[in-house]
Amino acid sequence: MIDAVNLTKKFKDITAVDGLTFHVDEGEVFGFLGPNGAGKTTTVRMLCCLIARTSGESRIAGYDTGNDSDSLKIRKIIGLIPENVGLYGELSAYRNLDFYARLYDRTEQQRKESIERLLRLLGLWEKKDHPVGTFSKGMKQKVAIARALVHDPGILFLDEPTANLDPGAAKTVRDFILELKKEKKTIFLNTHNLEEAQKLCDRIGILKTHLLRIGTPEELKEALWGSKTVIGLEEVSDMIVAAVKQHTSGKVVVEDHRLVIDVKNAGQENPGLVQAIVAAGGRIQFVQEFSPTLEDVYLKTVRETP
Amino acid sequence: MRLSKAWIIASKDLSIFRKKKSIFYSVILFSLFVSIGLPLLIYVLSGRSGSISPDALSGLLTVINAFAFFYIIGAASLPTAIASYSIIGEKQEQSLEPLLATPTTDSEILLGKSIGALLPPLVAIWIGAVIFMGLIDAITFGLLGSLYYLNAVIAVIMLLLVPLAAITAVEVSVIVSARVNDVRTAQQLGSLIVIPFAIIYVLGEINAFALTVPYLLILSAIILVVDIGLFSLSVSTFRRDEILTKWK
Repeated sequence: MIDAVNLTKKFKDITAVDGLTFHVDEGEVFGFLGPNGAGKTTTVRMLCCLIARTSGESRIAGYDTGNDSDSLKIRKIIGLIPENVGLYGELSAYRNLDFYARLYDRTEQQRKESIERLLRLLGLWEKKDHPVGTFSKGMKQKVAIARALVHDPGILFLDEPTANLDPGAAKTVRDFILELKKEKKTIFLNTHNLEEAQKLCDRIGILKTHLLRIGTPEELKEALWGSKTVIGLEEVSDMIVAAVKQHTSGKVVVEDHRLVIDVKNAGQENPGLVQAIVAAGGRIQFVQEFSPTLEDVYLKTVRETP
Repeated sequence: MRLSKAWIIASKDLSIFRKKKSIFYSVILFSLFVSIGLPLLIYVLSGRSGSISPDALSGLLTVINAFAFFYIIGAASLPTAIASYSIIGEKQEQSLEPLLATPTTDSEILLGKSIGALLPPLVAIWIGAVIFMGLIDAITFGLLGSLYYLNAVIAVIMLLLVPLAAITAVEVSVIVSARVNDVRTAQQLGSLIVIPFAIIYVLGEINAFALTVPYLLILSAIILVVDIGLFSLSVSTFRRDEILTKWK
């Protein structure tokens, strides 16, 4: 549904996005994680035909984002929630949405039905005639979401949709994105909220001008950290370490009163390791499978890249 | 280019304009001042009497024509306030990005914004001109023995010069608005476009430029050429790539 091959954007001498290659399937929620200035917004803008790429190729539903006639077709089938909501403060929520729905050639009946459905879903129907300028940040973000959906697009681009929202409003927005996921919308999500990415995304790309890693959250964790077993002991002796090393070909690291052991299959290997430690006189306090968080993966990836 | 898209954008801008009381009232007040205030001045100048010397009558008609030129100055200044707000307002609200993400072309957006900035002053000026002409005719009918308006001079002013001057103001405002972030700065810079028209007015007053149909037609042709140049410049300024990456 979304394809990029060597997608690059330069602003004079500065390379904002360098050689991105990825594919997003129909109905998939794909997340872009990266620090500020990583090129996330620039990528979304190129994919939404808002700015021209410098080189490479990108396609949305088969249409070329670099082709003028294709770009109009692309903009008909996508919805964008930019980082800043960009609503007309003097106009009511209904009028804001109606304006955009008209630009998407929706009939009056379609506009009425779509706006009412979205505002009801987002809990804003009672406020439909209030000027958006009087709304809270969370309410404005909801209107921006409704605006992106008013023409029922199949593909959504969300650029930091929960940035600057309070936890309650952010949860509402996340829950709504999960609803959209159930509707099989293709969603491209820019975020630096790792919990959000983990919760919402089928696959994640870690971006820092280049695409550093790409995969499901589990694949990323696996690729960077592998599987580890942590065994807490009353005391760690050389004899215990030697006994463990005899039972595994994986790396064994001693950290205070803990052994951190690389394992291929924790379920199969852990009983043998426990047995070996007990036989060597070790007194086990706990056995834990170590699972890195997405934050661990993200920080390791970003920090290791200059 | 699809006019329907441009009209949707223009009608949205008009809705916002109606809520901007200061801009709304400035347009109405200008029109009221020129349309009612100036005929009242003529009424006072003509001595409220039924008789006037031929020289004085000739002078009075020159003054009436000069007053009609105020509409051109109004057309060159009033759209500046609306066009500046229309574009810088979008910049401040950061609403250009979602607008540019819709299936509209840059030219359609620019045309819509231009129509939205042109219509209120043009409508106000044209309605004001009808009032102006009616009052002038009521005041001068007794002196002239015939209706002074409608005549060719006011027709050229209203149908050619006023729209062309308004277009000049809008195009200049688009170009200026791309480079500044503040509505007032844009309005101040944009309103400089009034200066050439004010100079023409002064030239008319010192008889260096005659407010006759041939001269006004020549002036219209010159403004048309300027407008075409400004339009191509504003189109090149109003490109989505430029707006999102280079506009301040």
